[in-house]
Amino acid sequence: MPEIHLPVVTNNGSLPTRRIVIDPLTRIEGHLRIEAVLQAGVITDAWSSSTMFRGIETILAGRDPREAWVFAQRICGVCTTVHALASVRAVENALGISIPENARIIRNLIAAAQFIQDHVVHFYHLHALDWVDVTDALQADPTATSALQHSLSAWPNSSPQYFATVKTRLQGLVDSGQLGLFANGYWGHPGYKLTPEASLLAVAHYLEALDFQREAVKIHAILGGKNPHPQSYLVGGVSVPVDRTSTKAINPGRIAELRTLATQALNFVSQVYIPDLKAIASFYKEYAALGGGPGNYLSYGEFPTSGTALPYLPAGIVTGNNLEAPPQALDTALIAEYVTHSWYNYSGGNGVGLHPSLGETSPNYTGPTPPYEALNTGEKYSWLKSPRYNNLPMEVGPLARVVVAYAAGHARLRQLVDQMLAALGLPSQALFSTWGRMLARGIETLALAEQLSSWIDDLEAHMNADDTLIHNGAMWNPATWPMQASGWGGTEAPRGGLGHWVSIANQRIQRYQAVVPTTWNGSPRDAQGQRGPFEQALLGITVANPEQPLEILRTIHSFDPCMACSVHLIDARGKSLGITVQLE
Amino acid sequence: MTRQPQFPIHTASSTTISRRGFLKFCSLMAATLALPSHYAGRIAQALADGPRLPVVWLAFQDCTGDTMSFLKASQRTDPLQPGVSDPSIVDILLDFISLEYHETLMAPSGANAELSLNNVLQNYPGAYLAVVEGAIPTGAGGAYCTIRGRTALSIAQQVLPGALAVIAAGTCAVDGGLPAAAPNPTGATGVRTAMPGLANFAALPGCPTNVVNLAATIVYLITFNALPPRDSAGRPVFAYEEDIHDECERKTHYEHDRFVLEWGDAGHRQGWCLFKMGCKGPETKHNCSTVKWNSATCWPVAAGHGCVGCARPGFWDAFPVYQALEDD
Repeated sequence: MPEIHLPVVTNNGSLPTRRIVIDPLTRIEGHLRIEAVLQAGVITDAWSSSTMFRGIETILAGRDPREAWVFAQRICGVCTTVHALASVRAVENALGISIPENARIIRNLIAAAQFIQDHVVHFYHLHALDWVDVTDALQADPTATSALQHSLSAWPNSSPQYFATVKTRLQGLVDSGQLGLFANGYWGHPGYKLTPEASLLAVAHYLEALDFQREAVKIHAILGGKNPHPQSYLVGGVSVPVDRTSTKAINPGRIAELRTLATQALNFVSQVYIPDLKAIASFYKEYAALGGGPGNYLSYGEFPTSGTALPYLPAGIVTGNNLEAPPQALDTALIAEYVTHSWYNYSGGNGVGLHPSLGETSPNYTGPTPPYEALNTGEKYSWLKSPRYNNLPMEVGPLARVVVAYAAGHARLRQLVDQMLAALGLPSQALFSTWGRMLARGIETLALAEQLSSWIDDLEAHMNADDTLIHNGAMWNPATWPMQASGWGGTEAPRGGLGHWVSIANQRIQRYQAVVPTTWNGSPRDAQGQRGPFEQALLGITVANPEQPLEILRTIHSFDPCMACSVHLIDARGKSLGITVQLE
Repeated sequence: MTRQPQFPIHTASSTTISRRGFLKFCSLMAATLALPSHYAGRIAQALADGPRLPVVWLAFQDCTGDTMSFLKASQRTDPLQPGVSDPSIVDILLDFISLEYHETLMAPSGANAELSLNNVLQNYPGAYLAVVEGAIPTGAGGAYCTIRGRTALSIAQQVLPGALAVIAAGTCAVDGGLPAAAPNPTGATGVRTAMPGLANFAALPGCPTNVVNLAATIVYLITFNALPPRDSAGRPVFAYEEDIHDECERKTHYEHDRFVLEWGDAGHRQGWCLFKMGCKGPETKHNCSTVKWNSATCWPVAAGHGCVGCARPGFWDAFPVYQALEDD
């Protein structure tokens, strides 16, 4: 066993310094472990560790590049569809393939629907229980809750009887003694501040959002056959036919269904999600001054528009929390990944960073032999690598996109941000915080829900003009490809910037690499000792009760971690890896 | 103790669920399970009787896609008709089961999460359902997936033997799935390989598993206190007996040699057979073509793409996606 630098102190309040471990950190995708040091209750250091690894990029080596998206999509089922999109774009970029307009619009609709359902699920099912004490709802007055709902929006589920029903149902759950998912939450923690009525409102919407997320992804089913893991991508376009005269294609009936779903999505986001976000934020304004990350933001841009126009959400780089200057242009050549504190070795030494197109990975687990109590955080301590941009740690995700768009002068997002901050009485610097991430996530959800209908209009216009083109088949046959090709595909996933890099040789994948949102956000320290954004964001936060680390969950959840996405492995030589693992 | 489901229940469409909706759900479950229709009443009674079935959902080398599929549970008729309001994921979570441990959804973290797991093992020995999502890695001494510093295998060994039944939800839990694809860098395995000899085991392959089949298997377990009849691989016969091709809406085109030859060609737009574009439906045993996806809104073939064979054993290494099967 390697030496443990700081002992884990599990229960000794008299010590001024105390190390705590949260594992599993739940209500995320995947397996995340946080270790933190508290001094007099304040976090003075923190380590983020991913504890699961699959090696999907290794598995991709040697396969047909046209089917890479089927494999890559399975990097994540919560962020379903986004890896498929990055993958087909990478292969199209490598081979110089452009896609038809119908394919561009259909991909945009699938991606936007993913943002909307994913962000709603995050707010209600992954994050809300950090702000809402479910047991408080049992004390609520349904009539007062109804009045609260009426003050927030015109959402129809608002009667006293409705909230009484929800309360009865919750009471039934408690009375049954089977609390299920709600058992052993940090109920009663002094950090919960909502009124009982606001809590009941939130519980009602937690349940409604379960129904909502199921409905919203029917857009994926119509355009992609199913969700999760829609199945209509093709290198060169999409597989779903567009033909106004056919019952087996996107036709006027399917367009009408898409419109219904888009309207439902916009109604829920504007009448439930956004009002709830504002209402809950108003109780917890102190988190508008806590949880800031490195202050540097990266966006690849997303939702391509027609021709050469800029994407709906712009690409760019913002450093130093600066909203005033235009974003710097993104230069992907400045991306490098470090493994200094990751369970891998680089052949040229672990102090250098490698660009994804030259990525090299040899897994080398040097952590403690399971079962273990503590990681050796002075050495390697995570399956995540540490991507850096121009050697800076970068935050990615909704806040990064909104910051970049704001700095770039994006009219609608600027308006929504300014309105939100004004409504809460917060300065623009409040964006760089735990709540800033939450607000940005809601703001972009609303903006994209508004966009859905215009993109459906575009698709309908092409359909009505008898544009049935869905696929550019000029290079479908691998015999048409050059012997060697390489390229990359970027997208913005709900959790942040996502890039796939591919090299193709002799019609096969030679090398595949994904640099993924939570790899940026959840990365361990790099060669310079710079903390990753999760680690940085926890510094200075006070933990009232180390046995109930609610404050840590609030800030880590604000990033919406996705661990399955973030751990990956590439074999630079395109051969099977001889994995050597050192267990001490 | 008899417990009536709490009706009415809200839905997103602002209507309320009805007793009729509940019985429709039970009828759907009976139909999915290929049970005579009069079993709907027995199912309804079993679902209404308490206490609810405790469920432990373990996630290992997974993508959480099976969880996301599970959350899409609903009645499958009239998916886009406003006002339809049948039992859904809310009702399953609140009325039919008690999801005691699920890291993606549960309120507590860390030590409190472990407490939730231990409470189930202690309070419901032999009476809880264990669902496994994701593969179990055997390489590197288990270091490729640890939770609370413990390996996936050790957690499976702690939880699965004492369960009333074990369901492997999705291809990864069934046979290792994607992580086990060549060259299987982490020594990923399915539940049965990692833990041979589990008595009450059901395999629900698919990437992800289809929630209709998962819900029906759970409903059968609640109703009969046993898993539904299964084949030698542990797959419930009701869902994995027929090839997708046998019930495919495009089978007539296959029989008349009407094939899609290029993406977007006239045949593709008219819904012709995708066999020559690589469809694996003739080699894949699954009820995908009848239960479909997302409240029967669609399924991959109806979105113009061939079946990739995701419920087929070892499918990741079996066939290239776009290579046509040999015609027989």
